[in-house]
Amino acid sequence: MIRGVKGSLLAAVSLAFAGCAATGSDAKSAGDEPAAPAAKPVKFDKDPYPSTYKPYPGRPTAVRGVTIFDGEGGRIDNGTVLLAGGKVEAVGGSDTPIPEGADIVDGTGKFVTPGVIDIHSHLGDYPSPSVDAHSDGNEATSPTTPEVWSEHSVWPQDPGFSRALANGGVTSLQILPGSANLMGGRSITLKNVPSRTVQGMKFPGAPYGLKMACGENPKRVYGAKGRMPSTRMGNFAVNRATWQKAAAYKKKMDDGKVVDRDLAMETLAGVLAGEILVHNHCYRADEMALVIDMSKEFGYKVSTFHHAVEAYKIADILAKEGICSAMWADWWGFKMEAYDSVNENIPLVYKAGACTIVHSDDANQIQRLNQEAAKALKAGRRMGMQISDEQAWTWLSWNPAKALGIGDKTGSLKPGKMADVVLWNGNPFSAYTRPEKVWIDGALMFDAMDPKRRPVSDFELGQPGEGDVK
Amino acid sequence: MVAALALTTPAAAQDVAIVNAKLVIGDGSAPVEGGSVVIRGGKVVAAGAGVAVPAGVERVDAQGRYVTPGIVAAFSRVGLVEVDAVTGTNDRGAARSRFSAGLDIAPALNPMGSPVAVNRASGVTRAIVAPSASSNLFAGQGAVVDLADDMDMVTRPRALQFVAFGEDGSAKAGGSRAATFLLFREQLLAARSYARNPATLAEWGNDAMIQRADAEALVRVIDGTTPLFVRVDRAADILNVIKLKSEFPALKLVLVGVTEGWLVAREIAAAKVPVLVSPLSDLPDSFERLGATQSNAGRLKAAGVDISVGVFDDDDAHKMGYATQYAGNLVGLAKLPGASGLSWDQAFASISSAPARAVGMEGSIGSLRPGRVGDVVIWDDDPLELGSRPTAVWIDGKAQSLTTRQDRLRDRYATPGEGALPKAYDR
Repeated sequence: MIRGVKGSLLAAVSLAFAGCAATGSDAKSAGDEPAAPAAKPVKFDKDPYPSTYKPYPGRPTAVRGVTIFDGEGGRIDNGTVLLAGGKVEAVGGSDTPIPEGADIVDGTGKFVTPGVIDIHSHLGDYPSPSVDAHSDGNEATSPTTPEVWSEHSVWPQDPGFSRALANGGVTSLQILPGSANLMGGRSITLKNVPSRTVQGMKFPGAPYGLKMACGENPKRVYGAKGRMPSTRMGNFAVNRATWQKAAAYKKKMDDGKVVDRDLAMETLAGVLAGEILVHNHCYRADEMALVIDMSKEFGYKVSTFHHAVEAYKIADILAKEGICSAMWADWWGFKMEAYDSVNENIPLVYKAGACTIVHSDDANQIQRLNQEAAKALKAGRRMGMQISDEQAWTWLSWNPAKALGIGDKTGSLKPGKMADVVLWNGNPFSAYTRPEKVWIDGALMFDAMDPKRRPVSDFELGQPGEGDVK
Repeated sequence: MVAALALTTPAAAQDVAIVNAKLVIGDGSAPVEGGSVVIRGGKVVAAGAGVAVPAGVERVDAQGRYVTPGIVAAFSRVGLVEVDAVTGTNDRGAARSRFSAGLDIAPALNPMGSPVAVNRASGVTRAIVAPSASSNLFAGQGAVVDLADDMDMVTRPRALQFVAFGEDGSAKAGGSRAATFLLFREQLLAARSYARNPATLAEWGNDAMIQRADAEALVRVIDGTTPLFVRVDRAADILNVIKLKSEFPALKLVLVGVTEGWLVAREIAAAKVPVLVSPLSDLPDSFERLGATQSNAGRLKAAGVDISVGVFDDDDAHKMGYATQYAGNLVGLAKLPGASGLSWDQAFASISSAPARAVGMEGSIGSLRPGRVGDVVIWDDDPLELGSRPTAVWIDGKAQSLTTRQDRLRDRYATPGEGALPKAYDR
C-alpha cells in the first residue's frame, strides 16, 4: 500500500520534471537552428554557498617554556610559540623574542601542538540528540547521490562540536555524508567554531570532497531494497557505469558543448578535473586495490581510504600510490570487513612510508583522537618501531590537513599558517592530559580555566547541565 | 585426537609468588612499592609489603612494575558476540523468543571466540555479562565469567537479571514510561502469584503475562537472590526506579548507565544502590541524557555512591580493555577546575573491586585480598595509561596465553609485500 503511494508520487514528480524540460531549453533548440546565445557553454557557479567564516579577534600571545610538537615531526623543548594577527608568528626556543604587549602564557610542564583535524566526522549531519528528526547523514534512496552536499544537512547547533573542541582540541573537521551509498555526496571541511550558519563555519578555500563507500554498506542497503547493488561486483558495476557517464559529461563540457545542469555529474566532473578530493570508505585490502585500479580506469585519484582497517596488508601499495589511510586505533569485530583489525595498523602503515591519519567517525572518539594515536603509538613501539611522540602527531594534524587540501593553511606550526593551536596541560599522549586552551586563527575559543570560554549551543540553553564542564 | 585433547585441557593451577611489584590490591588503597602476592591452589593467600614467599613456590620478579588484580569488566557482552553484523555469531538478544526473564546466557557463551582472547590480552580477567533487552523489558539472566584460555567460562551463572527502563524500556513496553512501570510491576506480581501457587499460571491460560521460566527467574529477583541490573539514564527515571524498592523491598538493585545520576546523587547514595557508569558519555545524545557530563562518575563518588566504570554505549563485546582508558581519563579530569574525577586509587578500584561488589562477589573476585581468585596481571606500565598492556596474566592461578589472532595477522604482515611464497604460507 505504502509502496504504491510512493510509486505514484515518484511518477508524478518525474512527469513534472519532464514537463519543465520540454518548455525550457528544448523549445528553442529542438529541430531548429540553435540560437547563438544558447550554444554557449554554461558556466556554473562552483561556489554558490560561499564561506562567510571570519577569524574571531585574538590577542598577540606567547606561550613559553613549553614542549612543542610542530605537527610536521619536529619538537622543541622549553620552546616559545608566538601567535599574532591570527597567524603563527614564530616558533622557536627559549630565546625567541616576545613582542611588547603580548599576552604571556607560562607553558612549563605543558605541551603545544597544532589543532587536531578530524578527516572523518558526521557532526551536524548526525547531531545530538540523535533522534530521527536529526538523521540527515545518508541520502539512502539511490546507490549514487553525488548531487547531495553534506553541508546542506549540517546543524550548526550540534553540541558535539563544542565537545570536540573542549575535550579533543579539534580545530578543523571534515563532515562527510554517510556510507550507505557508493557515492554519498560532497563533503565539507569546517573550522570548529560555533556559528549561526554552516557558511560561517566553512573552512575558507578548502576543496570539496566526494564521499565514496566500498563493501558491505552499499550492498546491504540496496540489496535489502531488492535492487542493485547487492554484491561487491554490483558495487563496482554501478560505480563504473556512473564514472563512465561522468567522463562523457566532462568531455562534453571540455569540448565546449552545451550541457544541461546535472548536479551529480558536476560533482563527478569536478573529481575527474582534480578539483574535488575522493574520500573512500574502504576496509578490506583487496577492495582498496580494486578501487585503485578503478581510479586509474577513469582518471581520478583517491585522496584517502577511510576506515582502512586492512591498510597494513597493502601498506607498500598505498605508499607507492601516495594514498592516505585514515584509521581507528583498535575498533574491530563489528562487521566482517572489520574482522582483521590489528592494533599495529597505524604504525605499520606509517613505517611503510605511507600517509597515516587517525580518524574518528564518532561523536565520542573525536573528543580523544590524541588518545587513540597514543594507543597506536605504544603498540608500534612494543613491536620494536622507533616512533617519537612528535612524529606520531603528524597523524593528527599535518597528514589530515594535506589529505583535505588545506595543508598550506593549517596542520602544523609554521610561521604564516593559521594559528590553530592547542595548549595541553601535560603530554597529549597521556590519559591524564586535557586541553587547557584552544586557539582557532589566533582567537581563544576554549579555555578550561575560564567558564566563559566554553561554548553552549542553542539546544543546550535552559537544559539540565547548561554550561557544565562536560 | 590426542593432540586436540591436549590443547583443550586447562593448564594446572600454579603456586606462584610475584615479587618486587608495584602492587595494587584493587580495593581503593594506594599501590605498595616492593610488594608481593602469593597464589596457592588458584587463590590469593597473601598480598602486600613484607609478604614471605613460602618454600616451593615459583617466584616471578615483576622488576618494580605494576601488578594488579585482573580487570573486572563491569558490564559487557564478551563471549556473546564474535562479529556483531553476522547474526549467527551474535547472541546478545533474542528478539523473536517467547521468553524473556527466563533466558539464561550461560549456554550462549563462546570461550573460544576471539574477543575472549583479545580482551584477556588487555588485562580483563573477569566480566559481568548481560544480555540485551530485545522483545521484552526483561533481557534475561546474565553471568559472571572468566576469560581464561579454557572451555569453562562461567564463574557464576544467573548472576543478574537485566531490565531496561527509560526510552528503551518504554519502546519495549508499548510506548510510554507509564507502560514500562506497569508492565514491570505486573510481571513481578504475576511471578509472585506463581511462586505462591504454581497452578495460577495454568488458570490464567492464554491471558498469562508471563511464561513459567520467566516467572521462576523473576521470583529470584523479587526475593533478592538475583541482583536486578536496571538500565536507566534520566534523573526522574532513576528516582522512580529507586522507589520500586518500597514495593519490592528485597530487590537488589544495581543501576546501569545513570547518565543524569549526578543530578540525584544524594538520593542514589541514600538508597545504597551501586551504579555502573559509562563515564565518558558527555553528549546529550537523547532527551533522557541531556545532563550528560564526564563529571558524572566523580560527582556520584563524591556523594557517596559506589560506582564502577563500564564500557557500554560503546563496543561492549570487543573492547573491554577501554575500561582502563576510561578510568585513566577520570584521573585526568580530577585536575580540571569545575570538573570532578577520581583519584588513581579510586579509579582502579572502580574497574576491579567495585564491579565485583556490585554483583555481590567482592568476597571472591576483583581484588588481591586473601581468599580471592588468583587473577593477577603484570603490566608493562601504569595500567591506567594509554596503550599499557599486560606482560603476564594469571586467571585462577593459571598462567594465560596473551597471543591473539590479531597478533598472528600483525606478524604475518610485519613486512608488506610477498616473498618466495604467498603470505598464506607464512605462519
